Amino acid sequence: MSAVAPPNEATHASLTASGVDALVRRRERSRRRGRWIIHALLIVLAAFFLLPLVVMVMTSLKSMPEIRTGTLLSLPTSPSFDAWRSAWSEACISVSCEGLSSYFVNSFVIVIPAVVLSVAFGALNGYVLTKWRFPGANLVFGLLLFGCFIPFQIVLIPMASTLGFLGLAGTPAGLVLVHFVYGISFTTLFFRNFYVSVPEDLMKSAKIDGAGFWSIFVRILMPLSWPIVIVSVIWQFTNVWNDFLFGVSFAAGDSQPVTVALNNLVNTSTGVKAYNVDMAGAVIAALPTILVYVVAGRYFMRGLMSGAVKG
Amino acid sequence: MRSSARLRRAVPLAVLSPSLLVIAVGVYGFIAFTIVVSFTRSKMFPSWDWVGLGQYPRLFRNSRWETAVDNMLVFGSLYILASTVLGLAMAILLDQKIRAEGVLRTIYLYPLALSFIVTGVVWQWLLNPGLGIQKMVRSWGWESFELRWITDPDLAIYCIVLAGVWQVAGFSMAMFLSGLRGMNQEVISAARIDGAPMWRIYQRVVIPALRPVFLTAFVVQAHLAIKSYDLVVALTQGGPGLATELPSTFMYSTTFTRNDMGQGAASAVMMLLAVAAVMVPYLYSELRSERPAS
Repeated sequence: MSAVAPPNEATHASLTASGVDALVRRRERSRRRGRWIIHALLIVLAAFFLLPLVVMVMTSLKSMPEIRTGTLLSLPTSPSFDAWRSAWSEACISVSCEGLSSYFVNSFVIVIPAVVLSVAFGALNGYVLTKWRFPGANLVFGLLLFGCFIPFQIVLIPMASTLGFLGLAGTPAGLVLVHFVYGISFTTLFFRNFYVSVPEDLMKSAKIDGAGFWSIFVRILMPLSWPIVIVSVIWQFTNVWNDFLFGVSFAAGDSQPVTVALNNLVNTSTGVKAYNVDMAGAVIAALPTILVYVVAGRYFMRGLMSGAVKG
Repeated sequence: MRSSARLRRAVPLAVLSPSLLVIAVGVYGFIAFTIVVSFTRSKMFPSWDWVGLGQYPRLFRNSRWETAVDNMLVFGSLYILASTVLGLAMAILLDQKIRAEGVLRTIYLYPLALSFIVTGVVWQWLLNPGLGIQKMVRSWGWESFELRWITDPDLAIYCIVLAGVWQVAGFSMAMFLSGLRGMNQEVISAARIDGAPMWRIYQRVVIPALRPVFLTAFVVQAHLAIKSYDLVVALTQGGPGLATELPSTFMYSTTFTRNDMGQGAASAVMMLLAVAAVMVPYLYSELRSERPAS
């Protein structure tokens, strides 16, 4: 491969040195080429992941004639928010033509109490399961954990009956309850794994000082908890906001969340397809979770990882 | 004194009990309820008209269910394979001391923050044969370019795979990346000093050491695949025909639009069994391996 001098011939020493030089240079060149290829691949991948977002936003800024004559990536010649206005307050969803706005509000009405309740209970559960352990605590945790993974199809039928029985069928309160029930498994998991790493010594000295269950929680654990509170809030917010199955199963017409309304707007509307309005609607429905992701992506990641990887 | 000690011990359990009750009813009670319904001839509402196991042979003979299961096998295996391979590749590429790593990671991961409905709506638009990617590529001069998967019953399932992989590949990447970062760097630098080329180090040392991450990624993706519902509804509505029908869409339409609740319940039980077959051994081993530490 490289020019290696025969061992006995001292006269070739200089040749050897230049051979090594060439080798080093060649290695450097191939390393540079490798770096170039790596960067090119990373950029191609970034384009693949960004394309739908770019297309979605650009299409929402075009007029329908422009969409028909241009292509996905042709820039909007005179960008306008007409499609956004239509998606927000005029587009027809099933029978009413008032846009997504009221469904957008519905989503918040469902999400906020569902997140607060599931995070509060998750924190307390995590606290009990780590700091006030009882025989069988691990088994209880395992049983709780299974709630994270069940396919929700298995609970749709009894949940529909139960909501009817409780008089909550078709109401936002009913959906809050549903999201609370299937959210606490996740929040308990988050807080439990977080509190496991809080040193026992902190607890012991507080207990010796006579601090009880609540004062230990409030004085010692709560001040430490804010990172995991953020993780849980973001996780729950994203999950509940993005939910479709429960929304479509249990919400009545005008209390539907925005995901269900968006699907109705795009997939069951009659008349001429307005792709710009569809895309504007998709952006509107995606905005809250995208904003959360942009502002607090680090915590979003952490939630994701602690759901999958221990510790 | 003794009663106050007992009270002290009672408080934590009292705090835990609402959640336990809610999970006992909402998860385990409801699972039991659905299993019971699957043993009945329930139509529009749950009824107690007992048929024993009768719904299950009926389900397995149902050609629509058979299609749904076949589609799931195609979708699930491609989805798991593609997002694992792509995620691993992305993680390895990002692990080469890239200066813009933070930005790139953010770009690769943002689809996870989106609702599957949004993803489905956007990809439906991209894959639109008249105005989507096909038209764009043709306008670049490749006149014969064809991308009509979404209208072709034989290919529509790949639309679901494509959009699904787009959405979750970042998740696999994040898992592999944290596996790579947690790896013993000395082994790698030792192999490097020996002069082994980089790709061989990955092949022989790094990738085998990532085995636990492969397992986790598999478990996560398998259960996501079985649960996939929203994406199909938004992207293809199960069509064209039954080309993208999955067990989840079968369960929903059988139960709520075709009013065959007993049959729908049986299909939900099959979905649960599939998820449990993946999750239970995994959770069991995870929790067991944790015990000595605590």
